[in-house]
Amino acid sequence: MADEQSSYENVVEMRGIVKRFPGVLASDHVDFSLRRGEIHALLGENGAGKSTLMNILAGLYRQDSGSISVNGRPVTFSSPRDAIKAGIGMVHQHFMLVPSQTVTENVLLGLDDPRFLMRLSEYDKKVAELGEQFGLRVDPRAKVWQLSVGEQQRVEILKMLYRGAQVLIMDEPTAVLAPQEIEDLFETLRSMTLQGKSIIFISHKLNEVASIADRITVLRRGQMTAGGVSAVGVSTQELARLMVGRAVVFHLDKSPASPGEVVLDVKDVYAENDKGLPALRGLSLNVRKGEIVGVAGVAGNGQRELSQVIGGLRKCAKGEVRLKGELVSNRSALYGIQRGLAYVPEDRTHVGSAPNLSVTDNVIMKKYRQAPISHSGLLDMNQATRFAKGLKEAYDIIVPTVETPVRLLSGGNLQRVILAREISGEPDFMVAVQPTRGLDVGAIEGVHRLLLTQREAGSGVLLISEELDELLWLSDRIYVIYEGRIMGEIQLGGGDASQETVDVIGQMMTGTPLENIRMERDA
Amino acid sequence: MDFIIIFQAGVATGTVLLFATIGELLTERSGVLNLGVEGMMLIGAMTGFSVTVATGNPWLGLLAAMLFAGLVSQIHALITITLHADQVVSGLALTFLGTGISLVLGEGLSKAGTVALLPSFSVPLLSQIPILGPVFFTRQSILVYIGYFLVPVTWYFINRTRPGLHLRAVGEYPAAADALGINVHGMRYLYVFIGGMLAGLAGATISLAVAPGWFSELTTAGQGWIAVGLVIFAQWDPVRAAVGSYAFGALRRLILDIQGPTVLFGFANPFYYNPYWGFFLQMLPYAFTVIVLVIGSREAIRKRLGSPAALGNTYIRGERGL
Repeated sequence: MADEQSSYENVVEMRGIVKRFPGVLASDHVDFSLRRGEIHALLGENGAGKSTLMNILAGLYRQDSGSISVNGRPVTFSSPRDAIKAGIGMVHQHFMLVPSQTVTENVLLGLDDPRFLMRLSEYDKKVAELGEQFGLRVDPRAKVWQLSVGEQQRVEILKMLYRGAQVLIMDEPTAVLAPQEIEDLFETLRSMTLQGKSIIFISHKLNEVASIADRITVLRRGQMTAGGVSAVGVSTQELARLMVGRAVVFHLDKSPASPGEVVLDVKDVYAENDKGLPALRGLSLNVRKGEIVGVAGVAGNGQRELSQVIGGLRKCAKGEVRLKGELVSNRSALYGIQRGLAYVPEDRTHVGSAPNLSVTDNVIMKKYRQAPISHSGLLDMNQATRFAKGLKEAYDIIVPTVETPVRLLSGGNLQRVILAREISGEPDFMVAVQPTRGLDVGAIEGVHRLLLTQREAGSGVLLISEELDELLWLSDRIYVIYEGRIMGEIQLGGGDASQETVDVIGQMMTGTPLENIRMERDA
Repeated sequence: MDFIIIFQAGVATGTVLLFATIGELLTERSGVLNLGVEGMMLIGAMTGFSVTVATGNPWLGLLAAMLFAGLVSQIHALITITLHADQVVSGLALTFLGTGISLVLGEGLSKAGTVALLPSFSVPLLSQIPILGPVFFTRQSILVYIGYFLVPVTWYFINRTRPGLHLRAVGEYPAAADALGINVHGMRYLYVFIGGMLAGLAGATISLAVAPGWFSELTTAGQGWIAVGLVIFAQWDPVRAAVGSYAFGALRRLILDIQGPTVLFGFANPFYYNPYWGFFLQMLPYAFTVIVLVIGSREAIRKRLGSPAALGNTYIRGERGL
């Protein structure tokens, strides 16, 4: 078997893959080949067809036409199980782990061995050994919910390796990791290729692709714009052009900050998460007028709860939030809105908008109480429509009519609807959580412009994001959050942040307070 | 008022709750909430009694009760798992359907008189243990003894076996189970069926052992709802479910017995002299159930209690999250 395998240079060979979804050609005659022991990056914007192509390879979808062969042998997969049997395992962007079970239990899920009774301690040992072999350190007896995101990712990889995967498909693996964790992951991936594994690395981040990949395939709107080019000697500008189809502005012009008085003051706030566990533990920060303040941190360190406490959607047990000096915490969401608070929540489709309501209904949600839309307690729908049409023009919302339900809008357009609603209220302060998650490069640029406009207009913006690059581009200051506490605050001048700054932020993101980093450096 | 008798009877009547609670617990562990327990219990009670009347064999009655209730539970499975309807609504409808079916088919059964019952016996040696002997091992129905086995077996099954691991995965994070080739829908059908069979067994336990006979919907008298509440109270753990079931059984008996004596702890017994107070006492288990269900309907609280994360959610492949 081993001999037979090694006689083929290409472990995976996909030819002329076509996949149609209603109204979209998600994959248009794409060819893809993976060599043994290489890291092959699949680059493209959201919706370019990267995930579709890989879901076909992983057995989740069936291609409409085209062929796949593994080790030179044609295969057809009708389920993920078939793909795993052929040695192809996918690590999904959203981890497929059962939080209440242990690492070993998650690894064993769905396998035929053990047959009935489970002596977990035996399998704990096997899992630990496998982790040792590939440098994936994680306690097999730990419950998954206790693990950091980086460790959970290791469990996902272990799951696939345990099933004998020769090919690992990593779907946007760095999206949830801190910089140091990304380095660890890259190290692991490289050591895995040395042990004969082949890796497909799906990403839309050019810098990462350039630093990890041996070869690169670029997709745009379901079509291949570059097929398996060597990563050596291709510039990020070139890749960006292949990905987007036009030159991309990486750096927006940003005037120097001219911050005014403090508009948002969060003092010593304690709050619980949905499970009743402490999520914020004595968190303090402030935002002044005319500045964008970033909150950096690995997902799940209290960012969501922080934004909810500020937005009036979550009670805090201790501490206070003041908006322009007035206490807004532990009151209603309306109380904050009436005092100039704008909130762009993380969940666009359920919290940020009402999916089945029209664009008009969604944009008047904060205005329907006031004239001219409210007329002695009744809604003036003509005024509402006029207002919505005005916003559609001003914010470049692409939608057939303002009566269209917002669930039919693309992510970028929906975010524009939400931002239009929030900004049109002329807020003094805005909290934006992951405002560009899942948007393509063009739409991200638009959202960034709107945030900068807010800053220029003299309002304060608190930007909570897991994209460190985004925070570094936009913010004037950055706080780093870890387990519900602020680890430190970094002032950013204009221009690019230094590598040192990034390193310091990365260390804070994994739990080292700024003072300790400074002390260590001075020592 | 003899506490030994109260607990002995509590274990016997608690066995009814135990079967129904364990069944619903298994169903809920797979992520399906089935509020039709009361209806399936009535089906079981009616079928068990009626088949025993017809055949003279209570074992046959028991088997028929479990199969028929299991069959009826599959209506709920079809509606919620395949047709993606709301589990609460479908479960409520199942209670009405089960009640209706059993009243129609049980017409005339109440005049059937006595039938052959399932055997009761004392366990040698074990029944000699002071207090525990008379409570657990003296003149109990064979179903009570089966109940003792069911609890550890269920616990072990859920926590220490491969199918149990898969059950927990399907109830906690079906997408993860699906990605690894576990048949989520198939598993849910199976556990709804097992829950239905155990509810049927619970019903037959009433009509063939604990309170023999068919007394229309008063046969179960809302115990199916108590079982649904007990699952939350037990935090989806079979051992706690057993403790809760027996405690409730004893409580029901205590409420009856406390109204008997004229003197209670050296005082005039208020429950004897004010019969209305007895009704208040009889209401308590149901009031408790209502409170537990109201509390348990808050998602945040359910999560704290350790509810299966995907409980109540339809699983459709490709939809993100649970």
